[in-house]
Amino acid sequence: MTQAFDAAAQQTLLESRARMALELARRLGADACEIGASVDQGVGVSVREGEVETVELSRDQGIAVTVYVGQRKGSASSSDAGEASVRVVVEKALAIARHTGEDPASGLADARLMATELPDLDVHHPWPLSIDEATDLALRCESAGRGMAGIRSSDGASLSSGEGVRVYANSHGFLGSQCGSRHSLSCMLIAEDENGMQRDYDYTSARAPRDMAAAETVGESAARRTLRRLGARRPATGRMPVLFDPTLAAGLVGHLMGAIAGGALYRQASFLCDRLNTPLFPEWFSLGERPMEVGAMASSPFDGDGVQTRDNVFVRDGRLASYMLSAYSARRLGLETTGNAGGARNLRLSAPLESREALLARMGRGVLVTELMGQGVNGVTGDYSRGAAGFWVEDGEIRHPVEEFTIAGNLETMFRGLVGVGDDTDTRGSIHTGSWLVDEMMVAGS
Amino acid sequence: MTSQTHAMLDEASGLLLTPGGLDLAALDDGLGHAMGPGIDYADLYFQRSWHEGWVLEDGEVKEASYNIDGGVGVRALAGEKTGFAYSNQITADALAETGRTAAGIVRRGERRVVAPGVAMAGQARYAGVDPLTGLSAEDKIAMLKLADRVARAADPSVAQVSASLTGVHEVVLVRASDGTLAADIRPLVRFNVSVIAVRGGRRERGSAGGGGRYAMARLRDENVAERYAREAVRQALVNLEAVEAPAGQMPVVLGPGWPGILLHEAVGHGLEGDFNRKGSSAFAGRIGQRVASRGVTVVDDATLADRRGSLSVDDEGTPGQSTTLIEDGILTGYMQDKLNARLMGMAPTGNARRESFAHLPMPRMTNTYMRAGSDDPADILKSVKRGLYAVSFGGGQVDITSGKFVFSASEAYLIEDGRITAPVKGATLIGNGPEAMGRVSMIGHDMELDTGIGVCGKEGQGVPVGVGQPTLKLDELTVGGTQS
Repeated sequence: MTQAFDAAAQQTLLESRARMALELARRLGADACEIGASVDQGVGVSVREGEVETVELSRDQGIAVTVYVGQRKGSASSSDAGEASVRVVVEKALAIARHTGEDPASGLADARLMATELPDLDVHHPWPLSIDEATDLALRCESAGRGMAGIRSSDGASLSSGEGVRVYANSHGFLGSQCGSRHSLSCMLIAEDENGMQRDYDYTSARAPRDMAAAETVGESAARRTLRRLGARRPATGRMPVLFDPTLAAGLVGHLMGAIAGGALYRQASFLCDRLNTPLFPEWFSLGERPMEVGAMASSPFDGDGVQTRDNVFVRDGRLASYMLSAYSARRLGLETTGNAGGARNLRLSAPLESREALLARMGRGVLVTELMGQGVNGVTGDYSRGAAGFWVEDGEIRHPVEEFTIAGNLETMFRGLVGVGDDTDTRGSIHTGSWLVDEMMVAGS
Repeated sequence: MTSQTHAMLDEASGLLLTPGGLDLAALDDGLGHAMGPGIDYADLYFQRSWHEGWVLEDGEVKEASYNIDGGVGVRALAGEKTGFAYSNQITADALAETGRTAAGIVRRGERRVVAPGVAMAGQARYAGVDPLTGLSAEDKIAMLKLADRVARAADPSVAQVSASLTGVHEVVLVRASDGTLAADIRPLVRFNVSVIAVRGGRRERGSAGGGGRYAMARLRDENVAERYAREAVRQALVNLEAVEAPAGQMPVVLGPGWPGILLHEAVGHGLEGDFNRKGSSAFAGRIGQRVASRGVTVVDDATLADRRGSLSVDDEGTPGQSTTLIEDGILTGYMQDKLNARLMGMAPTGNARRESFAHLPMPRMTNTYMRAGSDDPADILKSVKRGLYAVSFGGGQVDITSGKFVFSASEAYLIEDGRITAPVKGATLIGNGPEAMGRVSMIGHDMELDTGIGVCGKEGQGVPVGVGQPTLKLDELTVGGTQS
């Protein structure tokens, strides 16, 4: 990279700014205070049709301060973590706390819950990559895809590589910091036949460069994904089973987590209010998080409140075993925090896995959905209706691509109607899952 | 150059450049670093924004936040290549470093000169005010508490009320190697109410909101707290009665205003210059051709006074303008920024927008709407034997290559024998942009713009936009309900 990034020096600097902000807040009258600060730096190169299109160098920083005066709270943040800026932010947060109302639930998490075990989770793997090397990788990726018969043109390939430091500190004396990295390479291609154009993409993403798929593999896969969409028709309207591709199944896990998040529950804005310890999924299905997993996408020993993270089980033998709570939402619900301020980390499911072929055979006639569009998920009612594209399945075999249809149901019914999970686990994100076969949904097409 | 332009440049320069020891004259040197060998064009984009947000929950304003953001983005163009770097420091050193980095996209070629800056005299489309001042903290809290009281008093089934008041004071200054020098002060405010109503074990949400490019005090003067609180409760109560939505193809009537999100998704994105230059849009190469029914005229208009999507100048310093995209069904124009306009041999249309100094500009929509037709909205409904009447939407998405778009209804009703009957649950509508525009068969005389709530996302960048349309009938669209 053309910009040097000294992660250790940045870490020391941010830690000292966080301490300075805490001290300043105390001096100016805050009873308690918490600080989040971060610096990220990266390079992004995109190419299209064999030529460099953009080269982008990024460097972002930020500091966010929350102060408590009695039970009143104020927050302020800035994209500049310089000393002068820190002072302005602290003063502004205190000014706000003079106007906000008292909140009995407000305040830091209990001091006894602060993380004490802070191991290095091996999530920082910088990539000393020159612009030329980055360009070369993106070009190789695109070229492998463009070279496949039937591809008309390219919408581009991009390589991005970044690293950063984040710090969380509070007036209990807790200070946690972590350096991390993330690299990704993606490619989007266009194919055309007499019915029009289709595009699709593929990508690889990892903490460490060595864990990324080869550039050529990504390009070829993007080409295959694009080509297989040509000749798409609209499926017939009717009730039928739906098989969700692994990335889309991870989205369903995301909807579940959104509905068991403390913030949605205390606002009564969830279809899973008051469902703790009741059956939600089939008995063979369990879901938990592994925040201390070494080298994983979302690993962290402390959460957004400074609380020690832990291996939570959210669904055990099909029953909702735990909500996902921060210190604040837990107090609102009269419960204990689950160490999930900032969300769940590295969700893993436990279920008997089946091959894609076995799932298709079990489905018989229905749709395999590979793309979803739009925001038609209502977290309050669980109602689900989204635009989709994928493949028509007949007699357990993929017959032809389908597009311009919707799939609709209700998340609660879909969870209960989960009949199988694939062994095609997608490990690129922080939610690892294979395909999900749901017994019945309404498909609206022609 | 008008005195107004002068005043705007002076104010922007004072807020953006002076603190780091720079002035307008120093920007020529700054640009010089970015105009390296082989660079055709370079620009500097300075920005600072002050964002304030107040949130009410459980009848109390327990949370408020303040955010300061700012810096400079430096871009260098060579042919189709773009080099980009940015810094949150606005100093001579930062300009030199980011400029050299951006210019590194090419290393050989002619060195071009920076044209002297000529202040751009655009027409102001909104007052360059700081929208956060003018109301005290007590006033802001009182507005939120009023919304809470009104919503709770409106119906006993209202179980939760949340309300928010946000405002952004944004100052930008653009200096480009083609001589562009422009500044803009862009206020943006919004008030929102969301309620949860619970009855007989059923739980539904309703929400309403709006705003624009003006001071927060106007939100109070227009009594939006009470209006949006009543509207949010009304919507939640309608949804408590909603039955399962139908599934399959049927005629769809869209209400006026916010349902214009259909145009934004089905047509708007496909007419952005970048997608058409690259040939990746379903509308590429179709200027002069029929792409919609007769009577369909769609414009993108940055010049509307005080609107959420309006721009006095865009993020490249080009004055905001009104561009007719489709006229009486014929495709007439694309939305352009400088890069894509130059490469396509067209003129920029004032549609270059970026989320912030840390993002690259792209052709984006401003306020996109369909002009009124001549049909009576009541006649439009009467013409439908069995179909869907959708009046409010959550959000939408489009695949510009295949033309497929979706949008999700948040308030909709069945039409049976020309009459509105039962409310139905939210459902996603899906169609193909060019096809759907050809199925518009009736256009109402009741054109409305939305209340000012839209955020458009493209390549990870969010920008505020407006939409609008009259009541509209599409002869056939696929409705994604659960009832066959």
